[in-house]
Amino acid sequence: MIGSIHAWSTIASAFLASSVEAVEALTVVLAVGVVRGWRSALLGTVAALALLAGLVAVFGSALGSVPVALLQLVVGTLLLLFGIRWLRKAMLRSAGVIALHDEAAIYQEAVLALSGASASTLPNSRSKWDPIAIATAFKAVTLEGVEVIVIVIGLGAVRGLLGAASLGALAACLLVVAAGLVLHRPLARVPENSLKFVVGILMTAFGLFWFGEGVGLQWPYADAAILGLMAILAVASWLGITVAEHLGATGKRAAIRGGSA
Amino acid sequence: MNALTRAVRGLIGLFIDDGKLALTVIGVLILVGLLTHLGSLDGSLAMALLVAGTIGALLVNVIRTASKVKR
Repeated sequence: MIGSIHAWSTIASAFLASSVEAVEALTVVLAVGVVRGWRSALLGTVAALALLAGLVAVFGSALGSVPVALLQLVVGTLLLLFGIRWLRKAMLRSAGVIALHDEAAIYQEAVLALSGASASTLPNSRSKWDPIAIATAFKAVTLEGVEVIVIVIGLGAVRGLLGAASLGALAACLLVVAAGLVLHRPLARVPENSLKFVVGILMTAFGLFWFGEGVGLQWPYADAAILGLMAILAVASWLGITVAEHLGATGKRAAIRGGSA
Repeated sequence: MNALTRAVRGLIGLFIDDGKLALTVIGVLILVGLLTHLGSLDGSLAMALLVAGTIGALLVNVIRTASKVKR
């Protein structure tokens, strides 16, 4: 029962986190393909995927020789830092302190940037290789792909659930690519901030749990403690957002009073 | 060399967005790790310190950022 909780939460976490990254990579690859041609966009994507596969092969085999306690400590720390970074950003966005991530706007920016560069460097025919397009697609897929690898290793390495985590990540990437193929435009309707909020909570909870186990703490109810940690983090985050929103409203009222005085 | 520096920065950026928050969290982790290792902290107290310290650092950071930005 506890094992299946762990496996399913690992798959779900990897799926949700990887879908966020895949959506971000797809936005750039779509912009590159539309503006500079699909051949170069796809070459950059395939080259990045090959590099990522190499990284997975190297790190995947190296992980087996690391002692479990050390793995728990390192993975727990990295997962905690990764998760808390996402959670902080999602909280600030929910409270209206920073702007929401807008895939449509990012797509337009990328299209404009690539169109600007095209005047002097776009090949005459779209069938020719375009170094700018290849590099842009390669960079986007590599950056987002490295995040997916970190997520998969972080969630799956310690309990031998790399297969489950990889399955979740692969399903997310395939789903996002399929949606991109069908729609031919960025997936702007994906509730990116809500996903980031949920994933931030999941990864922070996993990070706390692994780090605790790494230093020798025995969590009550074993793996089920992750669910409790998620609940505590969700309540605390909600409180943080509420206070941050209240501060924003107070700041606006003060600004209005200051302006009218 | 520039590409390598950018790659390393990008990698660090995956884990650290706000330096102060990251340092505080790492401080909490080191403190919990040390106290547990020395045996001067009971298991449940260590768990409470780990969870409360991390969440406290996050909340203080978010509230401070909100009050700075919206002032």
